[in-house]
Amino acid sequence: MFYREAGQFKTNYIDDSAIFPIRQDRIGFAIILLLAFVAVPLFATPYIFSAILIPFLILALAAIGLNILTGYCGQLSLGTAAFMAVGAFASYNFMLRVPGMPILLAFLCGGVMAAGVGIVFGLPSLRIRGFYLAVATLAAQFFIVWCLAKVGWFSNYSSSGVITAQQVEILGYQFRTPASKYLLVLGIVSIMALGAKNLARSNVGRSWMAVRDMDIAAEVIGIRLMPAKLLAFAISSFYAGVAGALYAYMYLGTVEPEAYNLDLSFRILFMIIIGGVGTVLGSFLGSAFIALLPIALSLLVGFLENSIHLSVSKSMTSNLELMTFGGLIIFFLIVEPHGLARLWQIGKEKLRLWPFPH
Amino acid sequence: MTTHERRSGEVILRLDNISLAFGGVKALTDISFDVREHEIRAIIGPNGAGKSSMLNVINGVYHPQHGTIAYRGEVRRSMNPHAAAASGIARTFQNIALFRGMSVLDNIMTGRNLKIKSNFVEQAIWIGRARREELENRRKVEEVIDFLEIQHIRKTPVGRLPYGLQKRVELARALAAEPSMLLLDEPMAGMNVEEKQDMCRFVLDVNEQYGTTMVLIEHDMGVVMDISDRVVVLDYGRKIGDGTPDEVRGNQKVIDAYLGVAH
Repeated sequence: MFYREAGQFKTNYIDDSAIFPIRQDRIGFAIILLLAFVAVPLFATPYIFSAILIPFLILALAAIGLNILTGYCGQLSLGTAAFMAVGAFASYNFMLRVPGMPILLAFLCGGVMAAGVGIVFGLPSLRIRGFYLAVATLAAQFFIVWCLAKVGWFSNYSSSGVITAQQVEILGYQFRTPASKYLLVLGIVSIMALGAKNLARSNVGRSWMAVRDMDIAAEVIGIRLMPAKLLAFAISSFYAGVAGALYAYMYLGTVEPEAYNLDLSFRILFMIIIGGVGTVLGSFLGSAFIALLPIALSLLVGFLENSIHLSVSKSMTSNLELMTFGGLIIFFLIVEPHGLARLWQIGKEKLRLWPFPH
Repeated sequence: MTTHERRSGEVILRLDNISLAFGGVKALTDISFDVREHEIRAIIGPNGAGKSSMLNVINGVYHPQHGTIAYRGEVRRSMNPHAAAASGIARTFQNIALFRGMSVLDNIMTGRNLKIKSNFVEQAIWIGRARREELENRRKVEEVIDFLEIQHIRKTPVGRLPYGLQKRVELARALAAEPSMLLLDEPMAGMNVEEKQDMCRFVLDVNEQYGTTMVLIEHDMGVVMDISDRVVVLDYGRKIGDGTPDEVRGNQKVIDAYLGVAH
């Protein structure tokens, strides 16, 4: 009833290729942004910021990175966490060794370093694909984490291999409170998500999707496979690298290479599977789902304990979480391989007709 | 029919003694022929004669072991697909090779990828040159969409389209590159009579309006004899006939290849 696009005519092609071509979508998105930037900082508690919102946003950024590589370009990767680690440790070393380094520039440099490493580990994709490429990126995952832990220089010869992120300060303002950290992360993630969306709707994104869908045809119409794939690896790793730096500086504070283990890579892969492969929106939905699932489950368990006096042990709760997780992934793979983003789209299409049957 | 009186110009593509083998299997043996500018050149032959391999040699997917290819006077042993596309050779595939996850519009826009010069940073920011190029190329793509009468399915994912329309979208993607030579691999295979007539009309219109040179593989002899200027006949990787449709029709070797010989 309210979601009608009738009467909204596009008079030029730029309007037609806008990110939100429908007016109601634009209004809805503006409200979400307003909520995120203004309302949430006013009402949220420090716990919500540091335990839910900040990791949700950072992992969403990493998921966008993986989605660029796997969702748009079709190259399966199990090394996302390793590229995050490169970003984190590179930023740390830039801050440590370059006097007067601005923190945002350090994040950027960390991302660029991760992009470089991503290109190197993307080279096998020119010859192998599918499962075999996944195994090659798995090698990246283990090698990079091992290397960061083994070579003392990366962690400034700290005896335990743990680094402590420097104080984040921009133009004299120190980001100490959870709310300020949240706003900084939100700003960075919003800008980078917009960049990803722009790439996806322009020539680079189309080339990636062409390589994903039919590489021979892509080659014949003039797309060079090698630069297209390596660019996907570079940009994907750049996003992962910045996310990794934010993970260290804005979320964990002190971090060791093991924090970026295969588990994290898998979690990010699950996010894009559940959220939706090949969509920027899906990265956020998947990340939200996975950030909120444990909380929802523990709330549910607490509710059950109170209402029907069911006693559930802590270890049972965490096992329950794993089981639900696994079950949901299988469910999504079978029922809706395109994830939550696809469900959202179907919902919108239904809404266009509602309350009429057709 | 006046189709045989179309303007055909200088030789634009010349193939000399092309031989292609995959291990011990000889796909093409010592084939020479030429293509003149603006003409519609058909390649026919029984199944497995090497027709598709011939197209793959022309646009650089396969590299022949012997022989030379001269395109616009430039001689080369072989080329890669990117160089072929850059020099203005576009093609469609026998089995539809569209990008199934993308909309019709995006598929056709992909055909213009070589015209876009902005780099990925400009495209990520979406201002200035990137935006302008997107607009210019969209305009060109809309011309092609109008030309092939597929306005109504512009935003539809190609996977949802019926076969005949998919073939048309593939032609649109090839045309979007504004090619000087178009290689069509069985554009009418699997179509009903009406769809075939539409496709013939589009092929002739493209040839007429844009002067695009066409190299066409087709099994429907009626179509081939009607719309092509000259025909090459292949059988078992060898050339057994070459000439106007009438000449080829009367060629004894061609008749033998299609109908068989009494032993």
